Amino acid sequence: MTARIGVVTFPGSLDDRDTQRAIRLAGAEPVALWHKDKDLHQVDAVVLPGGFSYGDYLRAGAISRFSPVMETVIEQARAGLPVLGICNGFQILTEAHLLPGGMLGNDHLHFICRDQKLRVENADTAWTVDYEQGQEIHIPLKNMDGRYVADQYTLDKLEAEGLVAFRYLARDGVADERGNPNGSLNDIAGITNEAGNVVGLMPHPEHATEPLIGTGRTDGLPFFTSILKKLVTA
Amino acid sequence: MARVVVDVMLKPEILDPQGQAVQRALPRLGFEGISDVRQGKRFELEVDGPVDEAALARIHDLAESFLANTVIEDFTVRVDEVAEAAK
Amino acid sequence: MSRTPLDTVEHAAATPDVELPWAELGLKKDEYERVVEILGRRPTGAELAMYSVMWSEHCSYKSSKVHLRQFGEKAPQSDALLVGIGENAGVVDVGQGYAVTFKVESHNHPSYVEPYQGAATGVGGIVRDIIAMGARPVAVVDPLRFGAADHPDTKRVLPGVVAGIGGYGNCLGLPNIGGEVVFDACYQGNPLVNAGAIGVMRHEDIHLAKASGAGNKVILYGARTGGDGIGGASILASETFDDAKPSKRPAVQVGDPFQEKLLIECTLEAFQEKLVVGIQDLGAAGLSCATSELASNGSGGMRVTLDDVPLRDSTLSPEEILMSESQERMCAVVEPEKVERFLEICDKWDVIATVIGEVTDGDRLEIYWHGGKIVDVDPRTVAHDGPVYERPYARPSWQDELQADDANKLPRPSSSEELKDQVLKLVASPNQASKKWITSQYDHFVQGNTVLAQPEDSGMIRIDEESGLGVAIATDGNGRYAKLDPYAGAQLALAEAYRNVATTGAKPLAVSDCLNFGSPEDPAVMWQFAEAIRGLADGCQQLGTPVTGGNVSLYNQTGEAAIHPTPVVAVLGVIDDVARRTPVAFQEEGQLLYLLGDTREEFGGSAWSQVVHDHLGGLPPKVDLERERLLAEILISASRDGMIDSAHDLSDGGLIQAVVESALLGGKGARLVVPDGLDAFTFLFSESAGRAVVAVPRSEEVRFNDMCGARGLPVTRIGVVDGASVELQGEFELTLEELRQAHEETIPALLK
Repeated sequence: MTARIGVVTFPGSLDDRDTQRAIRLAGAEPVALWHKDKDLHQVDAVVLPGGFSYGDYLRAGAISRFSPVMETVIEQARAGLPVLGICNGFQILTEAHLLPGGMLGNDHLHFICRDQKLRVENADTAWTVDYEQGQEIHIPLKNMDGRYVADQYTLDKLEAEGLVAFRYLARDGVADERGNPNGSLNDIAGITNEAGNVVGLMPHPEHATEPLIGTGRTDGLPFFTSILKKLVTA
Repeated sequence: MARVVVDVMLKPEILDPQGQAVQRALPRLGFEGISDVRQGKRFELEVDGPVDEAALARIHDLAESFLANTVIEDFTVRVDEVAEAAK
Repeated sequence: MSRTPLDTVEHAAATPDVELPWAELGLKKDEYERVVEILGRRPTGAELAMYSVMWSEHCSYKSSKVHLRQFGEKAPQSDALLVGIGENAGVVDVGQGYAVTFKVESHNHPSYVEPYQGAATGVGGIVRDIIAMGARPVAVVDPLRFGAADHPDTKRVLPGVVAGIGGYGNCLGLPNIGGEVVFDACYQGNPLVNAGAIGVMRHEDIHLAKASGAGNKVILYGARTGGDGIGGASILASETFDDAKPSKRPAVQVGDPFQEKLLIECTLEAFQEKLVVGIQDLGAAGLSCATSELASNGSGGMRVTLDDVPLRDSTLSPEEILMSESQERMCAVVEPEKVERFLEICDKWDVIATVIGEVTDGDRLEIYWHGGKIVDVDPRTVAHDGPVYERPYARPSWQDELQADDANKLPRPSSSEELKDQVLKLVASPNQASKKWITSQYDHFVQGNTVLAQPEDSGMIRIDEESGLGVAIATDGNGRYAKLDPYAGAQLALAEAYRNVATTGAKPLAVSDCLNFGSPEDPAVMWQFAEAIRGLADGCQQLGTPVTGGNVSLYNQTGEAAIHPTPVVAVLGVIDDVARRTPVAFQEEGQLLYLLGDTREEFGGSAWSQVVHDHLGGLPPKVDLERERLLAEILISASRDGMIDSAHDLSDGGLIQAVVESALLGGKGARLVVPDGLDAFTFLFSESAGRAVVAVPRSEEVRFNDMCGARGLPVTRIGVVDGASVELQGEFELTLEELRQAHEETIPALLK
């Protein structure tokens, strides 16, 4: 029996089907979850997909965070359920305080869509074990509100405890403002909680899973094989 | 009916590129002497019944948990005096 | 609030002498008299509202109709066409049981007034057209034209338009895979914002805008109706109401992409459960259009109770409700026993849905308000029997002079150094420069099926994950060519889009168009329009690609000055397996570069003549559609049989522009040699049509040459993919870094 991974559809979710496809490509079984349904249908892990849930009205993720399904997701994530938030999903996770900090509009005030170079800073989470620590990967990025912000105390803690999961890189592999697409503090692209079961990032690994499609790279597939490995060996 | 206004602003230490863009435009439009602009959100809540301590406390909770994200934003709650006076 | 008696049908019949503001609503005197003749009485205010808006140029095509007929009359035999002109969008068979619908529409004027919302609602409208055919939208494309790149107003219009397209399309989850961005002073004050969309469905899911079956319910769903875009109807309202309402109605419609996303999902779910008999989106002319079109295309009549329309503004008059252009609304015809399930699905998606009427036995469209009948018309007279004008047209007197001003006689570069400088100047010019600043604001990854997106020659989307079946779309137009010769210009736009589709390996199947012109009341403009349509219809006949539908935008002019005639042509193609697609970027060093087609001294309307000499004159490149067809066949075969690894069509900017783009995208340079019989300048800058550059792996060289030779396509070896620069032997060398800087820094610098 393979792992069952839930993908929540909120009103305005956009990459929910794409995430289901990526899960399938990795060899797991995707399960569609509905925002109005508290029941997670015994899935082994949950992905909150990208999109503009509720049109990003109020703040990105702020309304979805109060949907019925999130009550269960929040409760079970605290008990160890693996949860991955991609883009809007990451925004929802910060709004739900499952991950620290918050997301604001890109510093250049534009939507940005590009192939983004990242460094895997923590290959020890439920969603990153199939990467090497320090591995450099390319994952498509596409968002309006992708600027990660947190107070200094939180940033220091994230850095000290290795909770920064992904960092934006310039072409030459250096993390600095040249590679930072949105003004995120410390060039943070994604973070994990202390337990390593909840991970959020702005780039879209589900769009880097097939050689012909999108950028033509498959650097995002290990997200989904990581969780499969984690669940099957658990 | 009474109106309660909730103003939400980014915390002072957080970069506000929209406010900066507005400020950069000011000299071009001939407005001098404005050293900083920060952009926020204003919510106007039409409240049924009296706006008493308890009602304001509930609105405070609403603002804290939903209208503002206190990780990045501050908020204030006040009764709209003008709307009150006009009644 | 006091009001005069409701202007019912009865009231209208009893008060024949009441003056109605038909002129203010845009009707001509004879048009108004025609309405009176049709009804046999004066119209009610509500009827007048409907006729005036449905008989407008925008909705009735009254100036263009007589010319547009050619697309039907000259339509080539094609098995691919499932639904033709006249529906919301044409539908094309792409095989394996799939059908594809596509269309391009203009939203020019609204985008000038309010760039963000104008462009955003343009995307919203075209996407609803696609849904209304029963299809899931899978991609959007946006051909855009702005005034001079360095004009201050371009800095206002362009960023707003781009943000609006992105803000709306990105929020719907539709990849933006193609389009164009062109600058020319002629579009100052009249930017062209054309929005295209593609949708995919199974053959059996095709839906049409018709209301059939007496007793079936008419359901309005989506956003509430507000006072958007009803400047005109307010005049009527002021006649019947006192001043107890917001007096100024906004002419600008505001879009809500989130609402539209919900509308897409709930409509598709209703289609899936076979709940819908007929469907129509609400765009221009709102409910007037939806009810009259649904009723006139169906078998019966329709009765509508306007009081049941959910309102955002309770002060709206019935005339305003009928004319409102509030966005994100659709109208479905549903059998009574399926209404409950339909409403359930809407509720699931938090979409407001209301039964507002039903299909009747008769042949009248009847609309009620507060118990009174305010509309009683034959819906065909509203939707289809509008006025038709044979506007006078005449070849303008200046056309000869323009054509005599031969661009081939312009001074050419006299040294290698000058040649090199002009290359750099060309690739850095706003029209030829990289548009990454713009396209990076559009999501091109969402839905996970994007095989190719701009700056590729055509956008390509996979539609079947198992078989790899895909579709490609390219949109092209060149107003400069069309100004020199509108007949040839339209054919060149068609040829380029056709070639662009074939260059990526897809077989061109069908055409849609968006025809942007000045005022039809100017005989010179009308001549350009007539010539362009004649050219396009003839061209489509010759290439075997039927026109499936299109859009006309007239009155694009400021005072006496019309824009260049700008027919934008979209060509849709199909590819059996997207794995065989051919990209623009050079793939591997050592591959041989071949130029396909003939290169002549053709510089009329060229990018070179514009960039170096700021000149527009002479004749555009010669059109040879048989050659285009042969070239396309070669490109498709070569892609299918793995003989080429990259290909790029040659169009504005000529060969050097194409080679530089392929080199920069691939990160690999090229060494070029001027072929025998050509001079370096003509080789680099000529814009002869029917050409492409391909990169052939050495192992395929013989096979590829044999194929071209056997089919009679001229093929010339011009160099090799190599190094980190673009070099023209004996003339100059430009490093990729120099070229990248020139090509990529222009647009950001202009718009900062």
